[in-house]
Amino acid sequence: MISADDIQKLATLGRISLTPAEVEKLQGEIGSILAYVDTVQKVALPEGYTSSAHLDIENVMREDENPHVAGMYTESLLTQAPRREGDYLKVKKVLS
Amino acid sequence: MDLTELSVKELGEGYRARTFSVVDVVKAHLTRIEKENGALNAYVEVFDDTLKEAERADALFAKGGSDAHLLAGIPIAVKDNILIQGKRVTAASKMLENHIATYDATVIRTLKEAGALFLGRANMDEFAMGSSTEHSVYGPTKNPHDLTRVPGGTSGGSAAAVAAHLAPVALGSETCGSIRHPASLCGVVGFKPTYGGVSRSGLIAMGSSLDQIGPMTRTVSDAELVFETIRGHDPLDGTTLPTEGQRSAVNKRVGVPRDFIKDISADVRDNFEKSLEVLRGKGYEIVDIDLPSAAYGLAAYYIVMPAEVSTNLARFDGMRYGLSREGKNLLEEYQESRTQGFGAETRRRIILGAYVLSSGYYDAYYRRATALRSLINEDLNKAFASVSFITTPTTPGPAFKLGSKSDPLSMYLEDIFAAPANLTGIPAISVPFGTAVRDGATLPLGVQFMSPKRTESSLFDIARDLTGETA
Repeated sequence: MISADDIQKLATLGRISLTPAEVEKLQGEIGSILAYVDTVQKVALPEGYTSSAHLDIENVMREDENPHVAGMYTESLLTQAPRREGDYLKVKKVLS
Repeated sequence: MDLTELSVKELGEGYRARTFSVVDVVKAHLTRIEKENGALNAYVEVFDDTLKEAERADALFAKGGSDAHLLAGIPIAVKDNILIQGKRVTAASKMLENHIATYDATVIRTLKEAGALFLGRANMDEFAMGSSTEHSVYGPTKNPHDLTRVPGGTSGGSAAAVAAHLAPVALGSETCGSIRHPASLCGVVGFKPTYGGVSRSGLIAMGSSLDQIGPMTRTVSDAELVFETIRGHDPLDGTTLPTEGQRSAVNKRVGVPRDFIKDISADVRDNFEKSLEVLRGKGYEIVDIDLPSAAYGLAAYYIVMPAEVSTNLARFDGMRYGLSREGKNLLEEYQESRTQGFGAETRRRIILGAYVLSSGYYDAYYRRATALRSLINEDLNKAFASVSFITTPTTPGPAFKLGSKSDPLSMYLEDIFAAPANLTGIPAISVPFGTAVRDGATLPLGVQFMSPKRTESSLFDIARDLTGETA
Protein backbone atom coordinates (compact mmCIF):
# COMPACT_ATOMS: atom_id res chain seq x y z
CA MET A 1 0.00 0.00 0.00
CA ILE A 2 1.29 3.41 -0.97
CA SER A 3 1.16 6.01 1.81
CA ALA A 4 -0.64 9.35 1.69
CA ASP A 5 2.73 11.05 2.20
CA ASP A 6 4.13 9.26 -0.85
CA ILE A 7 1.19 10.36 -3.00
CA GLN A 8 1.63 13.93 -1.81
CA LYS A 9 5.37 13.82 -2.50
CA LEU A 10 4.88 12.39 -6.01
CA ALA A 11 2.25 15.02 -6.78
CA THR A 12 4.65 17.74 -5.67
CA LEU A 13 7.35 16.29 -7.94
CA GLY A 14 4.82 16.32 -10.78
CA ARG A 15 3.89 19.92 -9.93
CA ILE A 16 0.28 18.99 -9.19
CA SER A 17 -1.68 20.11 -6.12
CA LEU A 18 -4.06 17.67 -4.47
CA THR A 19 -6.77 18.11 -1.86
CA PRO A 20 -6.76 15.68 1.09
CA ALA A 21 -9.79 13.93 -0.47
CA GLU A 22 -7.93 13.54 -3.77
CA VAL A 23 -4.90 12.13 -1.97
CA GLU A 24 -7.07 9.53 -0.29
CA LYS A 25 -8.80 8.54 -3.53
CA LEU A 26 -5.48 8.27 -5.37
CA GLN A 27 -4.00 6.21 -2.56
CA GLY A 28 -6.60 3.51 -3.20
CA GLU A 29 -6.45 3.75 -7.01
CA ILE A 30 -2.66 3.83 -7.31
CA GLY A 31 -2.49 1.06 -4.72
CA SER A 32 -4.67 -1.25 -6.81
CA ILE A 33 -2.83 -0.36 -10.03
CA LEU A 34 0.52 -1.09 -8.37
CA ALA A 35 -0.82 -4.41 -7.07
CA TYR A 36 -1.66 -5.28 -10.67
CA VAL A 37 1.60 -4.12 -12.27
CA ASP A 38 3.46 -5.98 -9.54
CA THR A 39 2.67 -9.16 -11.49
CA VAL A 40 5.77 -8.32 -13.56
CA GLN A 41 7.79 -9.53 -10.57
CA LYS A 42 6.44 -13.05 -11.14
CA VAL A 43 8.03 -13.50 -14.55
CA ALA A 44 11.29 -15.39 -14.45
CA LEU A 45 13.74 -13.39 -16.53
CA PRO A 46 16.70 -15.27 -17.98
CA GLU A 47 20.21 -13.96 -17.27
CA GLY A 48 21.16 -10.94 -19.32
CA TYR A 49 17.62 -9.57 -19.50
CA THR A 50 18.04 -7.04 -16.77
CA SER A 51 19.16 -3.93 -18.53
CA SER A 52 17.62 -3.02 -21.87
CA ALA A 53 14.85 -3.75 -24.30
CA HIS A 54 15.89 -5.62 -27.43
CA LEU A 55 13.37 -4.38 -29.91
CA ASP A 56 15.48 -4.23 -33.08
CA ILE A 57 15.40 -0.45 -32.81
CA GLU A 58 18.36 1.41 -34.26
CA ASN A 59 19.53 4.89 -33.47
CA VAL A 60 18.81 7.17 -36.40
CA MET A 61 21.49 9.81 -36.73
CA ARG A 62 21.74 12.80 -39.02
CA GLU A 63 24.36 15.43 -39.68
CA ASP A 64 23.99 18.56 -37.59
CA GLU A 65 23.71 20.87 -40.58
CA ASN A 66 21.38 23.03 -42.68
CA PRO A 67 19.55 24.76 -39.85
CA HIS A 68 16.48 26.81 -40.73
CA VAL A 69 16.87 30.57 -40.91
CA ALA A 70 17.19 31.91 -37.37
CA GLY A 71 13.92 33.33 -36.11
CA MET A 72 11.71 32.12 -38.94
CA TYR A 73 9.36 30.29 -36.53
CA THR A 74 9.71 32.64 -33.57
CA GLU A 75 6.62 34.73 -34.19
CA SER A 76 4.28 31.84 -34.91
CA LEU A 77 5.46 29.91 -31.84
CA LEU A 78 5.18 32.97 -29.63
CA THR A 79 1.56 33.50 -30.66
CA GLN A 80 0.83 30.60 -28.29
CA ALA A 81 2.81 31.98 -25.36
CA PRO A 82 0.73 32.99 -22.34
CA ARG A 83 2.98 35.99 -21.62
CA ARG A 84 5.76 37.47 -23.71
CA GLU A 85 8.08 40.41 -23.78
CA GLY A 86 9.44 41.03 -27.26
CA ASP A 87 10.80 37.72 -28.49
CA TYR A 88 11.05 36.28 -24.99
CA LEU A 89 8.69 34.26 -22.84
CA LYS A 90 7.89 36.20 -19.72
CA VAL A 91 8.06 34.10 -16.55
CA LYS A 92 8.30 34.64 -12.81
CA LYS A 93 11.71 35.13 -11.27
CA VAL A 94 13.52 31.76 -11.03
CA LEU A 95 15.89 32.70 -8.19
CA SER A 96 14.47 34.64 -5.28
CA MET B 1 -27.51 7.80 -53.74
CA ASP B 2 -26.49 8.52 -50.15
CA LEU B 3 -22.95 9.75 -50.55
CA THR B 4 -22.12 9.07 -46.90
CA GLU B 5 -22.55 5.35 -47.53
CA LEU B 6 -19.59 5.18 -49.91
CA SER B 7 -16.08 3.98 -49.15
CA VAL B 8 -12.99 6.05 -49.96
CA LYS B 9 -12.40 3.91 -53.04
CA GLU B 10 -15.99 4.42 -54.26
CA LEU B 11 -15.79 8.17 -53.67
CA GLY B 12 -12.62 8.37 -55.76
CA GLU B 13 -14.28 6.44 -58.57
CA GLY B 14 -17.32 8.72 -58.44
CA TYR B 15 -15.14 11.86 -58.60
CA ARG B 16 -13.35 10.51 -61.68
CA ALA B 17 -16.58 9.46 -63.39
CA ARG B 18 -18.13 12.89 -62.54
CA THR B 19 -21.04 11.06 -60.87
CA PHE B 20 -20.85 13.57 -58.02
CA SER B 21 -18.51 16.33 -56.90
CA VAL B 22 -16.37 16.75 -53.82
CA VAL B 23 -18.71 19.58 -52.76
CA ASP B 24 -21.66 17.13 -52.98
CA VAL B 25 -19.81 14.65 -50.79
CA VAL B 26 -18.72 17.20 -48.21
CA LYS B 27 -22.24 18.68 -48.05
CA ALA B 28 -23.72 15.20 -47.52
CA HIS B 29 -21.35 14.60 -44.63
CA LEU B 30 -21.95 18.04 -43.11
CA THR B 31 -25.71 17.42 -43.24
CA ARG B 32 -25.34 14.09 -41.52
CA ILE B 33 -22.97 15.58 -38.91
CA GLU B 34 -25.49 18.36 -38.28
CA LYS B 35 -28.19 15.76 -37.68
CA GLU B 36 -26.30 13.17 -35.65
CA ASN B 37 -23.27 14.68 -33.98
CA GLY B 38 -25.32 16.29 -31.22
CA ALA B 39 -26.19 12.84 -29.86
CA LEU B 40 -22.85 11.16 -30.67
CA ASN B 41 -20.33 13.90 -29.80
CA ALA B 42 -17.89 12.29 -32.25
CA TYR B 43 -16.66 15.67 -33.50
CA VAL B 44 -15.65 18.37 -31.06
CA GLU B 45 -15.29 20.85 -33.90
CA VAL B 46 -16.39 20.86 -37.52
CA PHE B 47 -14.11 23.09 -39.58
CA ASP B 48 -15.67 26.10 -41.30
CA ASP B 49 -13.51 25.87 -44.43
CA THR B 50 -14.52 22.39 -45.62
CA LEU B 51 -16.63 23.61 -48.56
CA LYS B 52 -13.87 25.93 -49.71
CA GLU B 53 -11.45 23.01 -49.58
CA ALA B 54 -13.98 20.87 -51.46
CA GLU B 55 -14.19 23.45 -54.24
CA ARG B 56 -10.40 23.45 -54.47
CA ALA B 57 -10.45 19.67 -54.87
CA ASP B 58 -13.23 19.85 -57.46
CA ALA B 59 -11.09 22.26 -59.47
CA LEU B 60 -8.46 19.54 -59.59
CA PHE B 61 -10.91 17.07 -61.11
CA ALA B 62 -12.30 19.74 -63.47
CA LYS B 63 -8.82 19.96 -65.00
CA GLY B 64 -8.95 16.24 -65.75
CA GLY B 65 -7.83 14.82 -62.44
CA SER B 66 -6.40 11.72 -64.06
CA ASP B 67 -3.16 12.12 -62.13
CA ALA B 68 -4.93 13.11 -58.90
CA HIS B 69 -4.03 11.09 -55.83
CA LEU B 70 -6.59 8.47 -54.78
CA LEU B 71 -7.21 10.49 -51.62
CA ALA B 72 -7.85 13.75 -53.51
CA GLY B 73 -11.17 15.20 -52.37
CA ILE B 74 -11.58 12.63 -49.60
CA PRO B 75 -12.91 14.21 -46.38
CA ILE B 76 -11.17 12.99 -43.23
CA ALA B 77 -11.95 13.26 -39.51
CA VAL B 78 -8.80 13.95 -37.49
CA LYS B 79 -8.24 12.92 -33.90
CA ASP B 80 -7.80 16.01 -31.74
CA ASN B 81 -4.14 15.25 -30.96
CA ILE B 82 -2.85 15.67 -34.53
CA LEU B 83 -1.76 19.18 -35.52
CA ILE B 84 -3.32 21.02 -38.46
CA GLN B 85 -1.70 24.43 -38.86
CA GLY B 86 -3.99 27.27 -37.86
CA LYS B 87 -6.60 24.95 -36.32
CA ARG B 88 -7.31 24.45 -32.66
CA VAL B 89 -5.80 21.24 -31.25
CA THR B 90 -6.48 20.30 -27.65
CA ALA B 91 -5.89 16.58 -26.99
CA ALA B 92 -9.34 16.91 -25.37
CA SER B 93 -7.65 18.65 -22.43
CA LYS B 94 -8.40 21.88 -20.64
CA MET B 95 -4.62 22.33 -20.75
CA LEU B 96 -4.80 23.04 -24.49
CA GLU B 97 -8.37 24.30 -24.86
CA ASN B 98 -7.25 27.46 -26.66
CA HIS B 99 -4.17 26.10 -28.39
CA ILE B 100 -3.79 26.78 -32.11
CA ALA B 101 -1.42 24.48 -33.99
CA THR B 102 1.59 26.38 -35.29
CA TYR B 103 2.53 23.75 -37.88
CA ASP B 104 1.15 20.73 -39.74
CA ALA B 105 1.82 17.22 -38.51
CA THR B 106 3.74 15.34 -41.20
CA VAL B 107 0.73 13.07 -41.85
CA ILE B 108 -1.43 16.17 -42.35
CA ARG B 109 1.07 17.74 -44.73
CA THR B 110 1.18 14.48 -46.71
CA LEU B 111 -2.61 14.23 -46.87
CA LYS B 112 -2.90 17.88 -47.92
CA GLU B 113 -0.40 17.23 -50.71
CA ALA B 114 -2.56 14.28 -51.79
CA GLY B 115 -5.52 16.68 -52.01
CA ALA B 116 -7.48 15.28 -49.06
CA LEU B 117 -9.45 17.64 -46.83
CA PHE B 118 -10.31 17.69 -43.16
CA LEU B 119 -13.86 17.72 -41.79
CA GLY B 120 -13.08 18.42 -38.17
CA ARG B 121 -11.52 17.36 -34.88
CA ALA B 122 -12.58 14.01 -33.45
CA ASN B 123 -13.12 13.49 -29.73
CA MET B 124 -10.73 11.39 -27.64
CA ASP B 125 -9.69 10.64 -24.09
CA GLU B 126 -7.59 13.45 -22.63
CA PHE B 127 -4.01 13.18 -23.95
CA ALA B 128 -5.03 9.76 -25.30
CA MET B 129 -5.36 8.17 -21.88
CA GLY B 130 -8.31 5.82 -21.46
CA SER B 131 -10.30 3.15 -23.25
CA SER B 132 -13.73 4.74 -23.51
CA THR B 133 -13.47 8.38 -24.68
CA GLU B 134 -15.10 9.33 -21.38
CA HIS B 135 -12.01 11.23 -20.15
CA SER B 136 -12.56 14.18 -22.48
CA VAL B 137 -12.96 17.83 -21.53
CA TYR B 138 -15.71 17.89 -24.20
CA GLY B 139 -17.70 15.09 -22.54
CA PRO B 140 -17.95 11.48 -23.73
CA THR B 141 -18.54 10.23 -27.26
CA LYS B 142 -21.42 7.73 -27.58
CA ASN B 143 -21.36 4.45 -29.47
CA PRO B 144 -23.45 4.74 -32.68
CA HIS B 145 -24.74 1.18 -32.12
CA ASP B 146 -26.14 2.04 -28.68
CA LEU B 147 -26.04 5.59 -27.31
CA THR B 148 -25.87 4.33 -23.71
CA ARG B 149 -22.51 2.68 -24.43
CA VAL B 150 -18.97 3.90 -24.96
CA PRO B 151 -17.32 3.87 -28.40
CA GLY B 152 -14.08 2.57 -26.88
CA GLY B 153 -10.97 4.66 -26.79
CA THR B 154 -8.97 6.60 -26.96
CA SER B 155 -9.75 7.31 -30.64
CA GLY B 156 -13.48 6.98 -29.88
CA GLY B 157 -14.52 10.09 -31.78
CA SER B 158 -12.71 8.88 -34.90
CA ALA B 159 -14.28 5.40 -34.63
CA ALA B 160 -17.79 6.73 -33.98
CA ALA B 161 -17.52 9.23 -36.86
CA VAL B 162 -16.59 6.49 -39.33
CA ALA B 163 -19.12 3.98 -37.95
CA ALA B 164 -21.94 6.55 -38.09
CA HIS B 165 -20.92 7.65 -41.61
CA LEU B 166 -19.99 11.14 -40.45
CA ALA B 167 -16.70 10.59 -42.30
CA PRO B 168 -15.52 7.89 -44.71
CA VAL B 169 -12.16 7.75 -42.96
CA ALA B 170 -10.53 9.07 -39.81
CA LEU B 171 -7.06 9.33 -38.38
CA GLY B 172 -6.52 7.88 -34.93
CA SER B 173 -3.48 7.26 -32.81
CA GLU B 174 -2.52 4.31 -30.69
CA THR B 175 -0.27 3.89 -27.67
CA CYS B 176 -1.89 0.65 -26.50
CA GLY B 177 -4.98 -0.30 -28.47
CA SER B 178 -6.36 3.22 -28.95
CA ILE B 179 -7.14 2.59 -32.63
CA ARG B 180 -8.02 -1.11 -32.49
CA HIS B 181 -10.15 -0.93 -29.34
CA PRO B 182 -12.66 1.71 -30.51
CA ALA B 183 -12.60 0.22 -34.03
CA SER B 184 -13.71 -3.08 -32.53
CA LEU B 185 -16.39 -1.54 -30.30
CA CYS B 186 -17.80 0.57 -33.16
CA GLY B 187 -17.56 -2.07 -35.89
CA VAL B 188 -14.97 -0.45 -38.16
CA VAL B 189 -11.46 -1.29 -39.39
CA GLY B 190 -8.59 0.03 -37.26
CA PHE B 191 -4.96 -0.29 -38.19
CA LYS B 192 -1.83 0.22 -36.06
CA PRO B 193 1.31 0.36 -38.24
CA THR B 194 4.76 -0.97 -37.39
CA TYR B 195 6.43 1.34 -34.85
CA GLY B 196 8.30 3.85 -36.98
CA GLY B 197 6.14 3.17 -40.03
CA VAL B 198 4.35 6.53 -39.88
CA SER B 199 5.83 9.82 -38.68
CA ARG B 200 4.64 11.17 -35.32
CA SER B 201 5.88 14.68 -35.99
CA GLY B 202 2.92 16.85 -34.98
CA LEU B 203 1.23 14.15 -32.91
CA ILE B 204 0.85 15.29 -29.29
CA ALA B 205 3.15 12.86 -27.49
CA MET B 206 1.98 10.41 -24.86
CA GLY B 207 4.24 7.34 -24.70
CA SER B 208 6.95 7.98 -27.25
CA SER B 209 8.30 4.43 -27.41
CA LEU B 210 4.77 3.26 -28.27
CA ASP B 211 2.81 5.98 -30.10
CA GLN B 212 1.75 5.46 -33.72
CA ILE B 213 -0.78 7.19 -36.01
CA GLY B 214 -3.09 4.99 -38.07
CA PRO B 215 -6.27 4.98 -40.17
CA MET B 216 -9.81 4.01 -39.18
CA THR B 217 -12.07 3.10 -42.08
CA ARG B 218 -15.04 0.99 -43.14
CA THR B 219 -13.04 -1.20 -45.54
CA VAL B 220 -9.63 -2.85 -45.26
CA SER B 221 -8.55 -1.49 -48.64
CA ASP B 222 -9.32 2.07 -47.53
CA ALA B 223 -7.10 1.58 -44.47
CA GLU B 224 -4.36 0.25 -46.74
CA LEU B 225 -4.68 3.25 -49.07
CA VAL B 226 -4.37 5.75 -46.22
CA PHE B 227 -1.44 3.86 -44.71
CA GLU B 228 0.37 3.68 -48.05
CA THR B 229 -0.08 7.46 -48.31
CA ILE B 230 1.10 8.49 -44.86
CA ARG B 231 3.88 5.95 -44.26
CA GLY B 232 7.55 6.57 -44.81
CA HIS B 233 10.71 8.07 -43.42
CA ASP B 234 10.48 11.59 -42.02
CA PRO B 235 13.51 13.65 -41.00
CA LEU B 236 11.27 15.30 -38.40
CA ASP B 237 10.73 11.99 -36.56
CA GLY B 238 14.00 10.24 -35.75
CA THR B 239 12.16 6.99 -35.02
CA THR B 240 10.70 6.59 -38.52
CA LEU B 241 12.11 3.60 -40.36
CA PRO B 242 14.17 4.06 -43.49
CA THR B 243 11.97 3.77 -46.57
CA GLU B 244 12.32 0.31 -48.03
CA GLY B 245 10.10 -2.30 -49.63
CA GLN B 246 7.48 -4.16 -47.66
CA ARG B 247 8.15 -7.66 -46.46
CA SER B 248 5.64 -10.42 -47.07
CA ALA B 249 4.24 -13.23 -44.98
CA VAL B 250 6.07 -16.49 -45.59
CA ASN B 251 3.09 -18.81 -45.19
CA LYS B 252 -0.65 -18.95 -44.50
CA ARG B 253 -0.26 -20.25 -40.97
CA VAL B 254 -2.12 -18.37 -38.21
CA GLY B 255 -1.23 -18.79 -34.55
CA VAL B 256 -3.82 -18.63 -31.76
CA PRO B 257 -2.40 -17.97 -28.26
CA ARG B 258 -5.08 -20.02 -26.45
CA ASP B 259 -3.79 -19.45 -22.95
CA PHE B 260 -3.59 -15.67 -23.42
CA ILE B 261 -7.28 -15.37 -24.42
CA LYS B 262 -8.72 -17.96 -22.04
CA ASP B 263 -10.73 -15.44 -19.97
CA ILE B 264 -12.96 -14.03 -22.73
CA SER B 265 -16.72 -14.49 -22.47
CA ALA B 266 -18.39 -17.48 -24.13
CA ASP B 267 -20.08 -15.59 -26.96
CA VAL B 268 -16.88 -13.70 -27.82
CA ARG B 269 -15.07 -17.04 -27.93
CA ASP B 270 -17.73 -18.65 -30.16
CA ASN B 271 -17.56 -15.69 -32.50
CA PHE B 272 -13.76 -15.88 -32.59
CA GLU B 273 -13.94 -19.61 -33.44
CA LYS B 274 -16.21 -18.72 -36.35
CA SER B 275 -13.58 -16.31 -37.65
CA LEU B 276 -11.03 -19.14 -37.53
CA GLU B 277 -13.45 -21.31 -39.56
CA VAL B 278 -13.69 -18.61 -42.22
CA LEU B 279 -9.91 -18.44 -42.42
CA ARG B 280 -9.63 -22.24 -42.72
CA GLY B 281 -12.07 -22.01 -45.60
CA LYS B 282 -9.74 -19.51 -47.27
CA GLY B 283 -6.81 -21.90 -47.07
CA TYR B 284 -5.23 -20.76 -43.80
CA GLU B 285 -3.86 -23.27 -41.34
CA ILE B 286 -4.80 -22.47 -37.74
CA VAL B 287 -2.37 -23.63 -35.05
CA ASP B 288 -2.17 -23.14 -31.30
CA ILE B 289 0.88 -21.21 -30.11
CA ASP B 290 2.44 -20.37 -26.77
CA LEU B 291 3.01 -16.75 -25.81
CA PRO B 292 3.82 -17.24 -22.12
CA SER B 293 4.89 -13.64 -21.53
CA ALA B 294 1.96 -12.00 -23.36
CA ALA B 295 -0.30 -12.06 -20.31
CA TYR B 296 2.19 -9.80 -18.51
CA GLY B 297 2.24 -7.28 -21.34
CA LEU B 298 -0.43 -4.99 -19.96
CA ALA B 299 1.26 -4.83 -16.55
CA ALA B 300 4.55 -3.93 -18.26
CA TYR B 301 2.68 -1.35 -20.31
CA TYR B 302 1.24 0.28 -17.19
CA ILE B 303 4.81 0.82 -16.01
CA VAL B 304 6.46 1.93 -19.25
CA MET B 305 3.62 4.21 -20.39
CA PRO B 306 3.11 6.26 -17.18
CA ALA B 307 6.90 6.69 -17.00
CA GLU B 308 6.84 8.19 -20.49
CA VAL B 309 3.67 10.19 -19.75
CA SER B 310 5.15 11.82 -16.67
CA THR B 311 8.18 12.76 -18.77
CA ASN B 312 6.35 13.92 -21.90
CA LEU B 313 3.76 15.95 -20.02
CA ALA B 314 6.39 17.79 -17.99
CA ARG B 315 6.51 20.21 -20.92
CA PHE B 316 3.12 21.65 -19.91
CA ASP B 317 4.39 24.23 -17.48
CA GLY B 318 2.12 27.20 -18.10
CA MET B 319 5.06 29.14 -19.52
CA ARG B 320 5.44 28.31 -23.21
CA TYR B 321 1.97 27.38 -24.42
CA GLY B 322 -1.23 25.94 -23.07
CA LEU B 323 -3.16 26.86 -19.95
CA SER B 324 -1.39 29.34 -17.72
CA ARG B 325 -2.44 30.44 -14.24
CA GLU B 326 -0.58 33.15 -12.43
CA GLY B 327 0.74 32.49 -8.95
CA LYS B 328 2.80 34.31 -6.42
CA ASN B 329 5.97 32.48 -7.45
CA LEU B 330 7.26 30.16 -10.16
CA LEU B 331 6.40 26.94 -8.32
CA GLU B 332 2.87 28.09 -7.69
CA GLU B 333 2.45 28.94 -11.36
CA TYR B 334 3.56 25.46 -12.39
CA GLN B 335 1.24 23.85 -9.86
CA GLU B 336 -1.78 26.02 -10.58
CA SER B 337 -1.47 25.63 -14.34
CA ARG B 338 -0.98 21.86 -14.23
CA THR B 339 -3.57 21.21 -11.54
CA GLN B 340 -6.25 23.14 -13.39
CA GLY B 341 -5.16 21.97 -16.83
CA PHE B 342 -4.96 18.20 -16.33
CA GLY B 343 -7.95 15.92 -15.71
CA ALA B 344 -8.12 13.07 -13.20
CA GLU B 345 -6.77 10.23 -15.38
CA THR B 346 -3.88 12.34 -16.64
CA ARG B 347 -2.89 13.31 -13.11
CA ARG B 348 -3.15 9.68 -12.00
CA ARG B 349 -0.70 8.59 -14.69
CA ILE B 350 1.74 11.43 -14.03
CA ILE B 351 1.86 10.40 -10.37
CA LEU B 352 2.16 6.71 -11.25
CA GLY B 353 4.96 7.53 -13.66
CA ALA B 354 6.87 9.49 -11.06
CA TYR B 355 6.52 6.51 -8.71
CA VAL B 356 7.80 3.81 -11.09
CA LEU B 357 10.74 6.02 -12.08
CA SER B 358 11.71 6.94 -8.52
CA SER B 359 15.17 5.71 -7.59
CA GLY B 360 13.99 3.24 -4.96
CA TYR B 361 11.62 1.45 -7.33
CA TYR B 362 13.33 1.88 -10.68
CA ASP B 363 14.78 -1.65 -10.74
CA ALA B 364 11.59 -3.28 -9.50
CA TYR B 365 9.33 -1.55 -12.01
CA TYR B 366 10.78 0.28 -14.98
CA ARG B 367 13.85 -1.86 -15.53
CA ARG B 368 11.85 -5.05 -15.11
CA ALA B 369 9.07 -3.85 -17.45
CA THR B 370 11.68 -2.99 -20.05
CA ALA B 371 13.22 -6.45 -19.76
CA LEU B 372 9.75 -7.96 -20.03
CA ARG B 373 9.23 -6.06 -23.26
CA SER B 374 12.19 -7.81 -24.79
CA LEU B 375 10.99 -11.16 -23.46
CA ILE B 376 7.61 -10.62 -25.17
CA ASN B 377 9.50 -9.68 -28.31
CA GLU B 378 11.44 -12.94 -28.07
CA ASP B 379 8.25 -14.98 -27.55
CA LEU B 380 6.67 -13.31 -30.59
CA ASN B 381 9.77 -13.98 -32.70
CA LYS B 382 9.65 -17.64 -31.69
CA ALA B 383 6.01 -17.79 -32.72
CA PHE B 384 6.68 -15.99 -36.00
CA ALA B 385 9.35 -18.57 -36.84
CA SER B 386 6.49 -20.95 -37.63
CA VAL B 387 3.41 -18.77 -38.21
CA SER B 388 2.99 -15.61 -40.29
CA PHE B 389 0.09 -14.21 -38.29
CA ILE B 390 -1.20 -14.21 -34.73
CA THR B 391 -4.90 -13.64 -34.09
CA THR B 392 -7.03 -12.91 -31.02
CA PRO B 393 -10.34 -11.16 -30.36
CA THR B 394 -9.50 -7.44 -30.35
CA THR B 395 -11.12 -6.84 -26.96
CA PRO B 396 -12.39 -9.12 -24.18
CA GLY B 397 -16.00 -8.05 -24.84
CA PRO B 398 -18.25 -5.66 -26.80
CA ALA B 399 -18.98 -2.00 -25.94
CA PHE B 400 -19.74 -1.43 -22.26
CA LYS B 401 -22.10 1.06 -20.64
CA LEU B 402 -21.02 4.66 -20.11
CA GLY B 403 -19.76 5.08 -16.56
CA SER B 404 -19.57 1.35 -15.88
CA LYS B 405 -15.78 1.20 -15.55
CA SER B 406 -15.14 3.93 -13.01
CA ASP B 407 -12.43 1.84 -11.37
CA PRO B 408 -9.27 2.69 -13.36
CA LEU B 409 -7.88 -0.85 -13.34
CA SER B 410 -11.04 -2.38 -14.84
CA MET B 411 -10.75 0.15 -17.66
CA TYR B 412 -7.06 -0.67 -18.19
CA LEU B 413 -7.84 -4.39 -18.65
CA GLU B 414 -9.80 -3.56 -21.81
CA ASP B 415 -6.46 -3.30 -23.63
CA ILE B 416 -5.00 -6.62 -22.52
CA PHE B 417 -4.88 -8.08 -26.06
CA ALA B 418 -3.54 -4.88 -27.57
CA ALA B 419 -0.41 -4.61 -25.44
CA PRO B 420 1.95 -7.12 -27.13
CA ALA B 421 1.85 -5.31 -30.50
CA ASN B 422 2.49 -1.87 -28.98
CA LEU B 423 5.22 -3.04 -26.62
CA THR B 424 7.16 -4.72 -29.42
CA GLY B 425 6.30 -2.41 -32.32
CA ILE B 426 4.71 -4.99 -34.62
CA PRO B 427 1.76 -3.98 -36.82
CA ALA B 428 -1.80 -5.03 -35.98
CA ILE B 429 -5.23 -4.62 -37.52
CA SER B 430 -8.71 -5.00 -36.07
CA VAL B 431 -11.57 -5.88 -38.41
CA PRO B 432 -15.26 -6.10 -37.56
CA PHE B 433 -16.47 -9.68 -37.34
CA GLY B 434 -19.75 -10.83 -35.82
CA THR B 435 -21.80 -9.41 -32.98
CA ALA B 436 -22.72 -10.01 -29.36
CA VAL B 437 -26.00 -9.15 -27.67
CA ARG B 438 -25.94 -7.25 -24.37
CA ASP B 439 -29.19 -6.09 -22.69
CA GLY B 440 -31.04 -6.43 -25.98
CA ALA B 441 -28.52 -4.39 -27.97
CA THR B 442 -26.67 -6.03 -30.86
CA LEU B 443 -23.07 -4.86 -30.66
CA PRO B 444 -20.13 -5.33 -33.03
CA LEU B 445 -17.14 -7.51 -32.18
CA GLY B 446 -13.67 -7.35 -33.68
CA VAL B 447 -10.89 -9.77 -34.51
CA GLN B 448 -7.28 -8.65 -34.62
CA PHE B 449 -4.28 -9.89 -36.55
CA MET B 450 -0.65 -9.22 -35.78
CA SER B 451 2.34 -9.96 -38.00
CA PRO B 452 6.10 -9.30 -37.99
CA LYS B 453 7.37 -5.75 -38.44
CA ARG B 454 6.87 -4.25 -41.88
CA THR B 455 4.65 -7.05 -43.20
CA GLU B 456 1.61 -4.76 -43.34
CA SER B 457 0.64 -5.76 -46.87
CA SER B 458 0.14 -9.36 -45.74
CA LEU B 459 -1.84 -8.12 -42.76
CA PHE B 460 -4.24 -6.30 -45.10
CA ASP B 461 -4.54 -9.50 -47.20
CA ILE B 462 -5.57 -11.72 -44.29
CA ALA B 463 -7.94 -9.01 -43.03
CA ARG B 464 -9.63 -8.94 -46.46
CA ASP B 465 -9.81 -12.73 -46.48
CA LEU B 466 -11.74 -12.62 -43.21
CA THR B 467 -14.15 -9.85 -44.21
CA GLY B 468 -14.63 -11.22 -47.72
CA GLU B 469 -13.56 -7.92 -49.23
CA THR B 470 -11.81 -8.03 -52.60
CA ALA B 471 -8.65 -6.01 -53.05
